[in-house]
Amino acid sequence: MSESSESFDLRRRDIVAAILAKRGDALVIGGLGSAAWDITAAGDSPLNFPLWGAMGGTVAIALGLAIAQPGRRVLALSGDGDLLMGIGSLATVAVQAPGNLAIVALDNERYGETGMQETPRASTSPASPAPAASSWRRRFATRRNSPPPCRRSTTLPARASSPSRCAPRRCRSSSRRRTGPSSNPAFAAPCSATAWAEAPRSNAHAIVPPGRVLAE
Amino acid sequence: MAESAQWPDDIFRVLRAADIRQVAYVPDAGHTRLINLCRADNVIRAVGLTTEEEGVALLAGAWLGGQRGALLMQSSGVGNCINMLSLITQCRFPLLTLVTMRGQWGEFNPWQVPMGQNSGEQLRLAGTLVYPVDEAQRIGETVEQAARLAFEGGISVAVLIAQRIIGSKTFGKSEQ
Repeated sequence: MSESSESFDLRRRDIVAAILAKRGDALVIGGLGSAAWDITAAGDSPLNFPLWGAMGGTVAIALGLAIAQPGRRVLALSGDGDLLMGIGSLATVAVQAPGNLAIVALDNERYGETGMQETPRASTSPASPAPAASSWRRRFATRRNSPPPCRRSTTLPARASSPSRCAPRRCRSSSRRRTGPSSNPAFAAPCSATAWAEAPRSNAHAIVPPGRVLAE
Repeated sequence: MAESAQWPDDIFRVLRAADIRQVAYVPDAGHTRLINLCRADNVIRAVGLTTEEEGVALLAGAWLGGQRGALLMQSSGVGNCINMLSLITQCRFPLLTLVTMRGQWGEFNPWQVPMGQNSGEQLRLAGTLVYPVDEAQRIGETVEQAARLAFEGGISVAVLIAQRIIGSKTFGKSEQ
């Protein structure tokens, strides 16, 4: 894994550190696997709640916290494996539509908790059956050379279904086919790593893109 | 369930008095009136779930944020919560769960029987104190004491409301 990850540009630790550098007093829930370690490596904080279990619960914990603390920003930061295990909680969030909750997925297509085995994301990425990581990497490289993606209004979205609207067309590769899980709004909004931090009071469900680029 | 059943209203009054602010639920016939009371209330935030374990996690987050919550489900939902209950026990969070029982009293659906007959024991094994109640007039006081024990004792407590109170369901699928 370390050999292959050498050829990729993105590093989870760097991305998470970049996100948290602009967190202000945001409350952060870190899912098990990778995110819990990443948020801790970025600097321990009493406003962090890293999980080492409760798989599938990261988003729901963040939702309960966001409802209880409507004046604070809450960030659920987790991986695709954790999100897939609690995928229904995205629907629960959509109904509750908290304006102060953001969900960021480290979509590395791996189960970090159990040894970096492939998640279903590894075989259902857009542009399958091409090698998933390389296709993601091409698309992200395109985005990186484009104007900053996902500039959003700073007004509160009325509903959490807005993630599907939060990703402007230029945020996506023109050749991208929306297939499988990528049709889910939460998975269809790859944004820049710091879009969440740069859009105060936004509940953009930024998805950090993906592939083995984010593996250890 | 008799039309005049008061126990859902009793529970609601107890939840309000206990300063419960989030009530999480998976839609359930036995809890219908209580769910509707919570949904109509301006203080309690009613959160519909896609699976019961979400509610365990949600209320852990609520507690982190300074709010008390209650989780409503029927007995078939208990099994969906087991691993997530490790979040509650490991972090010593309080949790108040109110379970309407199926698979007990005149149950017509055999698929309800496995969880209905075992959910109490499974909750105990997962670190939850269990209070079964089979008299309607005792539900309010049982929930009141369970809430006190959960939030002041910092533990997971479940009240199991017997199917004999709720009444056996037919959902129009059989006539009795």
